[in-house]
Amino acid sequence: MNLSRIKKTNWSYYIMLLPAFLLVLVYHYGPIGGLALAFQKYNFAESIFNQEWVGLENFRYIFGYPGFTRALWNTLFIAIMKLTAHFIVPITVSILLNEVRKVYLKRYIQTLIYLPHFMSWVIISSIFIDILSPSEGIVNKFLGLAGIEPVYFLGEPKVFPFTVVATDIWKEFGFRTIVYFAALSSIDPNLYEAAEIDGAKRMKKIRHITIPGIMPIIVLLGTLSLGRILNAGFEQIFNMYNPLVYSTGDILDTLTYRIGIVNNEYDIATAIGLFRSIVSLLLVSTSYYMASKLANYRIF
Amino acid sequence: MKNNIQDKIFDIFNYAFLISLALLCVLPFIHILAISFSSGPAATAGKVTLWPVEFNTNSYIYAFSKPEFIRAFFNSVKRVLLGVTVNMALLSITAYPLSKPVGTFFGRTFFSWFFVVTMLVSGGLIPTYLVVNWTGIRDTIWSLILPTAVNAFHLTILLNFYRQIPRELEESAFLDGAGQWTILFRLYIPLSIPALATLTIFNTVAHWNEWFHGIIYLDSMKKYPLQSYLRNVIIDVSFDTIDVNMMDILAEVTSRTFRAAQVVIATVPIICIYPFLQRYFVKGMTLGSLKG
Repeated sequence: MNLSRIKKTNWSYYIMLLPAFLLVLVYHYGPIGGLALAFQKYNFAESIFNQEWVGLENFRYIFGYPGFTRALWNTLFIAIMKLTAHFIVPITVSILLNEVRKVYLKRYIQTLIYLPHFMSWVIISSIFIDILSPSEGIVNKFLGLAGIEPVYFLGEPKVFPFTVVATDIWKEFGFRTIVYFAALSSIDPNLYEAAEIDGAKRMKKIRHITIPGIMPIIVLLGTLSLGRILNAGFEQIFNMYNPLVYSTGDILDTLTYRIGIVNNEYDIATAIGLFRSIVSLLLVSTSYYMASKLANYRIF
Repeated sequence: MKNNIQDKIFDIFNYAFLISLALLCVLPFIHILAISFSSGPAATAGKVTLWPVEFNTNSYIYAFSKPEFIRAFFNSVKRVLLGVTVNMALLSITAYPLSKPVGTFFGRTFFSWFFVVTMLVSGGLIPTYLVVNWTGIRDTIWSLILPTAVNAFHLTILLNFYRQIPRELEESAFLDGAGQWTILFRLYIPLSIPALATLTIFNTVAHWNEWFHGIIYLDSMKKYPLQSYLRNVIIDVSFDTIDVNMMDILAEVTSRTFRAAQVVIATVPIICIYPFLQRYFVKGMTLGSLKG
């Protein structure tokens, strides 16, 4: 009957898609085309469509530039520490939270632990710059009471990466806990009851019911996080670092920012960005492939 | 019996651990709040922990008498209103054709991929900067809105929500003579209020918190939204924050208590919508996972 008319070409669909299509074309695909800059020598006097091609020269330059290798290692070091910690802490907390039997307490704890997730890094860094300050900060005041010399959490290169990881965990663990916790609350309560009747103690129940229950999501999030191995958290480090800690705290993204936006060396900065994107894209595709194999996960 | 005692001990340790963890998450905020209401000398002397010492509101009076701060605050309000409106309008309209089954119209699969690809690849900082510059929106509020106006992840959430609306409703509306726009505005949008509310809240938080685009795209600090402004005055110490003339009037304000007050003011809007965030965000995460 009339249903066939619904299937006829419907111009309103295209009109609906048009504004978003154009915006994405210009502001997402435009910059992707702009990656050509990584193979060009940028000249301010010329238009962006008329630049001189130099092949791989920019890449040769960055691989020979010590600041780049340093930033690459710092990125890997910080990102891998973050990935590991973001794995262990939320899983542990969600399992412990699942053992809480008082419903109101569970809710209060959840409410408090994911509050920092919704604050920007500008706010969170401002707070940490205050409380971690060696002269006025409350953390060092308490360390002083315990007889410990002031620690330059944000100014000492040896300490800085660990400060970054710890504050990132502080901000994000609550949010990730809720993701695992949601998976935990979907476990069939009958399983626990059956185990109780069989005389299983709490640890046994955690090991044989709770952990297997969240295993699929652990595997899924674990493999997907592989794609983030060159992502050490620009927003955080940009708001926390300073020239004193460049040796251990400068990452690829902050280096790109300084070379590109501060020094206006657009071509070099684009080459670093492209290198990072290609490696990330390879890792993301590998991890999606693994996730679809291991956890039967599809993004679309 | 023994089992019971073990359980009790476990519970006590578990509760103690989780409660201290929860406190650890809020104590830094409370400390900053206490500093913002304390007198400058008390804060400098390290007397403030979780409760204001020599309570006063001078830091707030100072913040609200600073035209730069007020301007930045209202720039942010303007940005949130404009940005969220643009995002939501585009989102609710674009998701509609994409929610239709493959084959409904020519190019349906192409358009889906067109948006999905943006989640996987991007041009990165400098090429995006050059495009923003080239399109002439740099140094205007639109540079904070247009480049991020279409979020493919949010689009996926909403189109999956649209897909759950029974096809029969659309078909009967169609038989009654409704066009696609009518079906979208009179049927799909009203039926998707929960999803649209969730996404509105996400977008509000995102626009309020975003600070980086202001710093790279806007030339003059007069146009900065609050978070970009705060980044420059608090984190980048090369900008001086305390004006010497004001110091005579408000002797108790130091740059530390003033910084704390500004941070508190910037977090107030988030705290206000936090109850809604909480209600919707778990829902939002599960909405996204409903794959058709």
